[in-house]
Amino acid sequence: MADIDVVKTLASAVVAGTPVLYATLGEILTERSGVLNLGLEGMMLVGGMAGFAATAATGNVFIGVAVSLIAGAALALVHAFFTVSIGVNQVVSGLSLTLVGTGIASYFGKPLVGQAAKDSFQTLPIPLLSDIPVIGPILFTQNLFVYFSFLLVPALFYFIYRTRPGLNLRAVGESPSTADAQGISVIGTRYLYTLLGGALVGMGGASISLGSNPNWQENITAGRGWIAVGLVIFALWNPWRAFVGAYLFGGMEAFQFSLQVAGVPISSYFLRMLPYLLTIAALVFTQWRLKDQTGRASSAAPSGLGLFYLRRERG
Amino acid sequence: MKNSKRMSYAGILSGLLLTLSVLLMACGDNTATTAPAAATTAAGVTVTSTTVAGQAATTAASTAATGDKFKVAFVYVGPIGDGGWTYAHEQARLKLVAALPNVEATYLENVAEDPSTSEAVFTELAQKGNKVIFGTSFGYMDPMVNVAKKFPDVKFEHATGYKTADNLAVYQVRQYQPRYLAGIVAGKMTKTNIIGYVAAFPIPEVVGGIDAFTIGVRSVNPNAKVKVVWTNTWYDPGLEKTAAQSLLNAGADILAQHQDTPSTLQAAQEAGKYAFGNDSIMESYGPKAHLASPYWDWSPYYIDRVKAAMNGTWKTGSYFGGFKEGVVDLSPLNSVVPDDVKKMVDEKKAALKAGTLDVYAGPIKDNTGAVKVAQGATLTDDQITAIDYLVEGVDGSIPK
Repeated sequence: MADIDVVKTLASAVVAGTPVLYATLGEILTERSGVLNLGLEGMMLVGGMAGFAATAATGNVFIGVAVSLIAGAALALVHAFFTVSIGVNQVVSGLSLTLVGTGIASYFGKPLVGQAAKDSFQTLPIPLLSDIPVIGPILFTQNLFVYFSFLLVPALFYFIYRTRPGLNLRAVGESPSTADAQGISVIGTRYLYTLLGGALVGMGGASISLGSNPNWQENITAGRGWIAVGLVIFALWNPWRAFVGAYLFGGMEAFQFSLQVAGVPISSYFLRMLPYLLTIAALVFTQWRLKDQTGRASSAAPSGLGLFYLRRERG
Repeated sequence: MKNSKRMSYAGILSGLLLTLSVLLMACGDNTATTAPAAATTAAGVTVTSTTVAGQAATTAASTAATGDKFKVAFVYVGPIGDGGWTYAHEQARLKLVAALPNVEATYLENVAEDPSTSEAVFTELAQKGNKVIFGTSFGYMDPMVNVAKKFPDVKFEHATGYKTADNLAVYQVRQYQPRYLAGIVAGKMTKTNIIGYVAAFPIPEVVGGIDAFTIGVRSVNPNAKVKVVWTNTWYDPGLEKTAAQSLLNAGADILAQHQDTPSTLQAAQEAGKYAFGNDSIMESYGPKAHLASPYWDWSPYYIDRVKAAMNGTWKTGSYFGGFKEGVVDLSPLNSVVPDDVKKMVDEKKAALKAGTLDVYAGPIKDNTGAVKVAQGATLTDDQITAIDYLVEGVDGSIPK
């Protein structure tokens, strides 16, 4: 292992983990309100494409990021309408959203293929912090998408667990009828967080097309939306664990190549499998552990997750 | 040979999805009905393919009804917007249509290689009255063999495969020739004497490309090493970039690649290093870093074959075209490349065109030191398309 530049590899891991982190955080917000949205891949692609297109049109990457947020939210709005208002099965609607989103991104992205991004978030070392040995090059020699995610994780954690609106959000996800009785608008809350979550997922797409791979290619996410779906469960719907999970994924991705370059005789097929193997192992482990503690499986998931809420009038 | 394009995310992702549906609710049936073709391969990726292919299939079907023109169809494994392999085929299709106005050439993109999907696609295209059907990925081989049997009057053309029939021809280009020229440029330009190579799958097409590139490097710089990493995917922009970064981290100052996307080039551009494109001219993705791209122009072959089919002179065969036939090339070199190197590349290119230079001329040793091609000998075409060892100078191994 002597040849491996661990610091640089970890820096690559942070880059690789960031798009997945945004998507995971977005889905955590959405699922906390009781809405399961499997359309992450579609929202990431639409966000990435729309953000890239807006940057190409205006030359301003900040406008691009804003558009990616709107695009992700717009697609999520469709999901919210079908699942929260009409009561369509959330799995079906989410999967359809992936299909639709991928189609939209491919169709409208056609003229963008082959263009380099007019503007993108380049690596921007933070003065002083980037000079810290080891930590500096890994965490503070990155682009703005990465830095913003550092702020977003604690902010979301604080919001979900320490504020009144966060409590309301969790209440709606855990027991919509109780929340309703408390005077919280279940439908309004679910719409709000499905949209906010979608916006973050869209930004996750932009963190590829305007950040790590500054161009537009079809299916640029190559399945990362699905990884995020798994990481939400791995994270037990907690932003800090999402942070860990996303970087674990990124780390596996980066280290498989460092090991290859160093000539470590491990099959590259096996290494390539590691990120997914780890995700599945983590899923199994968390389920098993939870069961052990509380006697029933899946207790970390919001109890109302995936269920349509229809207020019944009292007789 | 483009084999198993989407294998890598495949099983595990469908596994993830399955786990999810089981975990969250018993909605497996609904899931299955929404995504019929997702069954065997990559969940996310193939789901996508179905829609896009589905849309394209409708287009093909509706235009097929219009009529008098000579109908041909192309089946692509990736999206035409990949900026690489499929993009190159699509450009050739457009040239074909421009050259032969009486031809109506439709295409389907993102067609998964699994037999159930691709066989249905080829069958449908044959039924819709297409006279020539091109399949541009290695994994379509057996499905095309099966469908060709059922439609003896339709001509099938399979890129990168090796199974032929009376109405099934195979075609491939000598990708190794421009890669050899790229190797010369890399050998001359490297300062660290470490050159990185991001490779997709350990199949002969890729392995032989690494070998030719390395032979080119070592012909001008015997001290340089070529470090190889395998991604085991054709198309994953993010992953390929991580792979490229790992090579840069290991001290490589020039990167070559055999992937379908420009990610390697982007990684080099960001790091202020140099890189080569692949399959299509990728300059726009990283103009500073882009030394050149080995690329393929399939149009001469497509035009010839469709003409032959129209005249009734079409015969099966195994086409293996190179510089001589004008189907491969190395794009113009970056202005940072010194003139003497440019001149040298031009001379070698001319020699390849004239057939006086053979990339795989002996002596060639593999990277364990064993002699593979003796002095005075060379590889036959059959050996080239089955090459399975890395030559001396390659730092890496073929994954087992």
